[in-house]
Amino acid sequence: MIKAIMAFLVKVFYQLASPKHFYRIAGKLIPWFGWFAAVLLIAGSIDGLFIAPVDYQQGDSYRIIFIHVPAAWMSMFIYMVMATSGAIALIWKIKLADVIASSSAPIGAAFTFLALVTGSIWGKPMWGAWWVWDARLTSELILLFLYLGYMALESAIEDPRAAARACAILAIVGVVNIPIIHYSVEWWNTLHQGATVSKMDKPSIHLSMLIPLLLMAVGFKLYYAAAVLSRARNKVLLTEQNRSWVKEVVELETGVKHG
Amino acid sequence: MFKVFLSLIKRDLRLAFRHKSEILNPLFFFVIVVTLFPLGISPDKQILAEIGPGIIWVAALLASMLSLESLFRSDFDDGTLEHMLLSEYPLSIMVLAKIVVHWLITGFPIIIFSPLLGTVMFLSNDAIVTLMITLLLGTPILSLIGAIGMGLVVALKRGGMLLSLLVLPLYIPVLIFSSNAVGSSMAGLAISGQLYFLAAFMVFCLTLAPIATSAALRVSLE
Repeated sequence: MIKAIMAFLVKVFYQLASPKHFYRIAGKLIPWFGWFAAVLLIAGSIDGLFIAPVDYQQGDSYRIIFIHVPAAWMSMFIYMVMATSGAIALIWKIKLADVIASSSAPIGAAFTFLALVTGSIWGKPMWGAWWVWDARLTSELILLFLYLGYMALESAIEDPRAAARACAILAIVGVVNIPIIHYSVEWWNTLHQGATVSKMDKPSIHLSMLIPLLLMAVGFKLYYAAAVLSRARNKVLLTEQNRSWVKEVVELETGVKHG
Repeated sequence: MFKVFLSLIKRDLRLAFRHKSEILNPLFFFVIVVTLFPLGISPDKQILAEIGPGIIWVAALLASMLSLESLFRSDFDDGTLEHMLLSEYPLSIMVLAKIVVHWLITGFPIIIFSPLLGTVMFLSNDAIVTLMITLLLGTPILSLIGAIGMGLVVALKRGGMLLSLLVLPLYIPVLIFSSNAVGSSMAGLAISGQLYFLAAFMVFCLTLAPIATSAALRVSLE
């Protein structure tokens, strides 16, 4: 029984790793991810902005956490995805993992930027300044630098395969920085409030605020899945453009016959 | 294997001593950068003592980073690096030898000169000792992490700017803990925590950075 399941999983894995099947399956998944993301983000925004109670200390301005916190989570999560798929690409030589890693980078950078901007907007009423050298904002800024370095390296190396491998090494090296981001919260005495949600057994955030936060977090994740898959689909078409299946796809979707 | 390691160190040191500017330029750079700050900010004793640890460390960091070119560049240009790649000995050992030499010709002179700069920046005696310890623990980390970045960009014609983008964010923990240790010892606070972190980080980099660097070199030389 277990053997059969394993065999099935290996088969699915290899099918997904082949660009042709990936293109087909990803095309089917994207609308699902996209629509679920839209529904969750709309529900989370309405819940967070209108239904969740006012914070007794911060008033209405705390409501920006419903964007800030999920964006910050995503910024770290996406870097982890890049490092993991970079490692997969280096070890098992699966080209698709490279595609996922490099498609993730701009999305991750965008989420990092969003987290920085919302953090700074939140800081204005809370700290009285647009920017405070607080540990977590600073490490988010460092994370943005890591993303920018990754994309700069990728665009500097002309051969796409060498670029992908170099970037995979860089991402794995950079992932060392992510634990430091977390430890920096404890290490420095910060102005930022301590982590409120990760204490799973008894979160110090009220349930009525936690629900929209989680809705937004899952919505962001699904949005990322949809976005990364559609970027990856484009990249697969570009890198495989000389293969016959790509020509078939192009003919099928555009109706134009190529020689 | 150890023989290869030693003979590479000897070779690289001999090469470095034939181009003395390779040793002296990073050191001059370090001294000049530190000198600029009193001129740019204020010669006030209190201000300088406050910002001194950070400035000295930032200057050391930049000096180490700008000298990374000497690590692989000439060996890449004349094909020595390819021979190393093809040799029967593990690449990471040879890379480690090159990193050790890089540290000896850039990090070590900085450590020797740091008490002078500490005095100029009005650091207390305790703080100067701490500064030297942090440099002793920290500059090898700079060479080790820098080698990974250099390995990634060595094949590129204009990799200098890119190298700083890749490497500087990774230097930040070293900078934070080192200058914090020096500042704390100025204030008479305990510094063992920061030093333990630096020591641990150095051992960590010493173990993994040569492997990552050789992986990067293999990609660059493909």
